Amino acid sequence: MTNLRLPYLITAAISGLLFGTGLYVSQMVDPLKVLRFLDFTAIPSGGWDPSLAFVIVPAIAVMFVAVRLGKRRSAPLFDTAFHEPEYKRIDKRLVGGAALFGLGWGMSGICPGPALSLIAFPPAGLWLFLAAMFAGSYFGSLIVPSGHTRRLADAQ
Amino acid sequence: MESFTPLQSAIGGALIGLAAAVLWLGNGRLAGISGIFGQLLPPARTVLWRLVFLVALVAGAWGASRLFPGLGIGGVEPAVLVAPPVAWGLPMPLWLILSGLLIGFGTKIGNGCTSGHGVCGLARLSYRSLVAVAVFFGVAILTVTVTGIV
Repeated sequence: MTNLRLPYLITAAISGLLFGTGLYVSQMVDPLKVLRFLDFTAIPSGGWDPSLAFVIVPAIAVMFVAVRLGKRRSAPLFDTAFHEPEYKRIDKRLVGGAALFGLGWGMSGICPGPALSLIAFPPAGLWLFLAAMFAGSYFGSLIVPSGHTRRLADAQ
Repeated sequence: MESFTPLQSAIGGALIGLAAAVLWLGNGRLAGISGIFGQLLPPARTVLWRLVFLVALVAGAWGASRLFPGLGIGGVEPAVLVAPPVAWGLPMPLWLILSGLLIGFGTKIGNGCTSGHGVCGLARLSYRSLVAVAVFFGVAILTVTVTGIV
């Protein structure tokens, strides 16, 4: 199995380390900082914190270059193919899922990356939140058709 | 502008982009956190690299907070979760359970979160991700407007 080889796992580890470092450095691990971005009502008073935009734009820019570089190659370094999402349709599930996620994100200021990174310095209530997040993901997996081909057939 | 940190944000953002770039060019995988953890659950395949990634994610946040403790929460300041609006009279655990369930369920059904759709999807110029990002940012902004918890 490709994904059990050492270079593959080391790549996953380096990526995780960089990601966690980036989330701490940018302070996107701070729920209140994220909420201060989402609070557009603070724009007129000058209390709005635009930091999140300054995080996501460079992140997209770096990844954009990587995607371009990847297009020149037939495969990544340590696997036989790039695993591109194959669903193309904009459906109720995409929009509904994004809306429910947005609701939870707006309530808490936590999205999945920061939620897991917070384990490094766990605030009170984090384990309860994480258990709920895992449970929610599991309930979701019961609704999404299981099996790659079935999901694909369902989405196209 | 309260606590606006453009330089710190941009450096952190570039590191997040680099993390996504390494995983994509190395392993051909998208660094969508909800997908990486969501597929640890049954019916799971290829669990090991996901576990390695997530352990490293926590280690990265921990290591950075020890190296640069002055940057914010997790360093000198303790991390705290945000309580529900006082006027609503809801207990904090219920608020955490509700938001956690919504985030887990929504990202599973919608196939992605801020990293998968936001960073990777937009970088791939995915129309699906653009729609998802517009919806979850829009709903989150509305939610904060309604709760007024900032």
